[in-house]
Amino acid sequence: MLEIIFFYVAATIALIATVMAMTRANAIHALIYLIVSLLAVAVIFFLIGAPFAAALEIVIYAGAIMVLFVFVIMMLNLGKAGDARERQWMQPKIWAGPALLSLILFVELILMIAEVEGAISGDMVTAKQVGQALFGPYVLAVEIAAMLLLAGLVGSYHLGRRYLEREQ
Amino acid sequence: MDAIPLNHILLVSSLLFCIGALGLMIRRNIIFILMSLEVMLNAAALAFVAAGAHWGQPDGQVVFLLILSVAAAEVAVGLGLVLQVQRRFKSLDMDRANRMGG
Repeated sequence: MLEIIFFYVAATIALIATVMAMTRANAIHALIYLIVSLLAVAVIFFLIGAPFAAALEIVIYAGAIMVLFVFVIMMLNLGKAGDARERQWMQPKIWAGPALLSLILFVELILMIAEVEGAISGDMVTAKQVGQALFGPYVLAVEIAAMLLLAGLVGSYHLGRRYLEREQ
Repeated sequence: MDAIPLNHILLVSSLLFCIGALGLMIRRNIIFILMSLEVMLNAAALAFVAAGAHWGQPDGQVVFLLILSVAAAEVAVGLGLVLQVQRRFKSLDMDRANRMGG
C-alpha cells in the first residue's frame, strides 16, 4: 500500500517539475526543475522493481547529461537580457495552439491506454538479468549503441573544436 | 489491490511525453528544445521499463539502456550545435538559423 502512495507522490512531483522546467525563462532554473523531474522518475523506477534502471537514471541522466547542459549554459553566459527575451517569446497566443494539439495527442493516448489492464508484478528485475539479456540476445544492439556513441563523440569534437579555433 | 496499476504508469509516461512535445513546440531557445527532447526520450523510457516490469522481463531495461545512449549522443552533438549557433548568430533563437550553408 505504501508503494502505491509513494508512486503517486513521485509521479505528481515528476509532472509538476517537468511543467515548471518547460515554462521557466531562466535556463538554469529550468535545468534544476528538470533534474528534480528525472530524480522523481528514478524513484518510480525503484518502486516498479527496476533498481538498475533507477541507478542509471540518476548517474547518467541527472548526473552526466545535465552536467553537460550546465557547462554549456555557463559557457554561453546568457545573463538577464536573455531572460527578458524568453518572457517576450512566451506569450499565450504563441503557446495556445501547440497546447491544444498536444492535448488532443494526450486524449488519444489516454483512450488507447484505457484498454490496458493488469498491474506491475512485485518481483524485481535485477542488474544480473539485465546484463545477461544485454550481452546475450541483444549484443548486436550494444555494438550499434557503441558505434552511435563513437559517432556522437566525433561529431561533438568536430563542432566544438572549430568553435574554439575561430574564437582565438 | 496492492500493486501499482500498469495503466497509471503509462498515463504518467504519456503526460510527460505530451508536456515534452508542448515544450518542443512553444520554445524558440535551442537549449529548451534540447531539454524537451530529453523529457520526451525519458517518457518513452519510462513506458518501456514499466512494460518490462509488468511482465517481469529484463527487455524493458535493455531498451532503457539503448535510449540512454541515444540521449547521450544526441545531447553531445546538440550542445555542440548550440555553441555553433550562438557563435554564428549571436543568439539562441532557432528561427534565426533557418538557412543552410554559412
